[in-house]
Amino acid sequence: MSTSPLAPRRSPMLTVLMALFLLYTLVPLAWLVLSATKTQDDLFSSPGLWVGDEFAFFSNIRDTLTYRDGIFLRWLANTLLYVVVGAGGATLLATAAGYGLAKYRFPGRRTVFAVIIGAVAVPGTALAVPTFLMFSNMGLTNTVWAIIIPSLISPFGLYLMWVYAADAVPDELLEAARIDGAGEIRIFFTVTLRLLAPGIVTVLLFTVVSTWNNYFLPLIMLSEPKLYPLTVGLTQWSAQATGANAQPVYNLVVTGSLLTIVPLVIAFILLQRFWQSGLSAGSVKQ
Amino acid sequence: MSQGVTQLESRGETRGGARQPVPGRRWSRTDTKGWIFVGPFLAVFALTFLAPIGYAAYLSLFRAQAFFGTTEFVGLDNYVQVFTDDKFWDGSLRVLLFFVVQVPIMLGLALVAALAIDSARLYAASFFRLVIFLPYAVPGVVAVLMWGFMYGTNFGLAADLNDLFGTSIVPLSSNWMLASIANIVTWEFVGYNMLIFYSALRTVPGEIYEAAALDGAGALRTVLSIKIPALRGAILIATIFSIIGTFQLFNEPNILRTLEPNVITTFYTPNLYAYNLSFGGQQYNYSATVAIVMGLLTAVIAYAVQLRGSREAMK
Repeated sequence: MSTSPLAPRRSPMLTVLMALFLLYTLVPLAWLVLSATKTQDDLFSSPGLWVGDEFAFFSNIRDTLTYRDGIFLRWLANTLLYVVVGAGGATLLATAAGYGLAKYRFPGRRTVFAVIIGAVAVPGTALAVPTFLMFSNMGLTNTVWAIIIPSLISPFGLYLMWVYAADAVPDELLEAARIDGAGEIRIFFTVTLRLLAPGIVTVLLFTVVSTWNNYFLPLIMLSEPKLYPLTVGLTQWSAQATGANAQPVYNLVVTGSLLTIVPLVIAFILLQRFWQSGLSAGSVKQ
Repeated sequence: MSQGVTQLESRGETRGGARQPVPGRRWSRTDTKGWIFVGPFLAVFALTFLAPIGYAAYLSLFRAQAFFGTTEFVGLDNYVQVFTDDKFWDGSLRVLLFFVVQVPIMLGLALVAALAIDSARLYAASFFRLVIFLPYAVPGVVAVLMWGFMYGTNFGLAADLNDLFGTSIVPLSSNWMLASIANIVTWEFVGYNMLIFYSALRTVPGEIYEAAALDGAGALRTVLSIKIPALRGAILIATIFSIIGTFQLFNEPNILRTLEPNVITTFYTPNLYAYNLSFGGQQYNYSATVAIVMGLLTAVIAYAVQLRGSREAMK
């Protein structure tokens, strides 16, 4: 705790101001929860922040999960696959590379860093179109690899890990392990990973969020609805409401959105203790 | 007090990434073993970052022939076309306006929230910290769908508020659209930026606050003379991330387009333009050129901000 030693009095005034901020944050989420309990008709006829005439929460969930032969569950499974392989792989690569940059001096190290920083300045979405063209020449579009391979790179994760590893892994410990005859890779898996755990959880959290929320990449890479993640699937349902043969399923879009948020929110709250500590240690040092 | 501040500033940021070896610090290895760990990341990085950049650069030098399905080399013609393309500049100026207005508001709010949570004057500070960060966990797509519903006058919320205040604002009309998108982006990212600032505040040593209190500095003086200077690096990083994010604006306009196709054009933002050129018009070469010019513009602006920020820190 780096607060003033004089322990300032708590201020109701400040708390009220911040409560307004909190309200701004929570109103949309409250709206979403309330709307998920309404039928499609009630969505249009009842006030936004109040309940509808009919409590349709459970029937909405059932309809969401069974609509079009349960495609929503398929999208959920796809999302989980992309997150587990993509975010897991991204975290492992960023951890290893961050540790390598922080703890080893090797020829080309500075160049590596300059190239990564320079490439990160190029907007990712600007790269998406050329990536699509390249992948389609390689026959990778419309496969899970088109989503997983680009997800494996997290420059921000690399940066966090590099800062974190520089502080968290004592050189003396590495030397001691080497004297005991352990190889570099074995040291990494037995000594380093344990020391880096809080940083790893933080990076994992960010990579999970970014793969779970990924929209642009799957939108352009996939044309087969069976491979969609939740985000692309939901926008497709939403777009059904307009056009020539419109079939609005607003209640399913709302309920599906709620179901998409819940796992991440739970993960955030459960892992709070870990990622907070990892972030502080790996924060921007002055 | 002043000593504390100079100490903070003199420690400075490491620039250019590579950390200067501290005298007396032993490096573990001076051989090539580091490549074992950096190699895998770099291999994938080359495939997903460097190759597409190179490929886009290659594509941008060609143009499709009208009849034969072949392409011809046209040198820098595509670039000349982008620079005289009204659609491209329309979108670019829009994201620039967005950046000038939305980013300061968002970062200002995030800064106030971080300072309030760090001040120890708040009841239930950790609860505030968690809840304000939560929207970051909401997929951007879901956030847009949600706000899109709420903005719609059908679903009651926008209509309810207009009744309440006696206004007649239609959030998705052409006058209000950009502000509505700015509100969605602010809602999504204010908590994330708050967390970056808050983490940086946590790294300020407690002794500095003690020294300041002994020197008779009040709360406001402490914020201005210690906390804000300590946040310089974090503010710079947050600004650069926001620049990159703003210039890539895509999700929000693309999804809102399904609701209001007449308000949001196919070239509403440069990214939307590049996307529609490729996937609506099959103009891959021109689309790649737009993407490259956009990337260069972003890099130049981010770099300018960084230079200015570093100069500020030097003062």
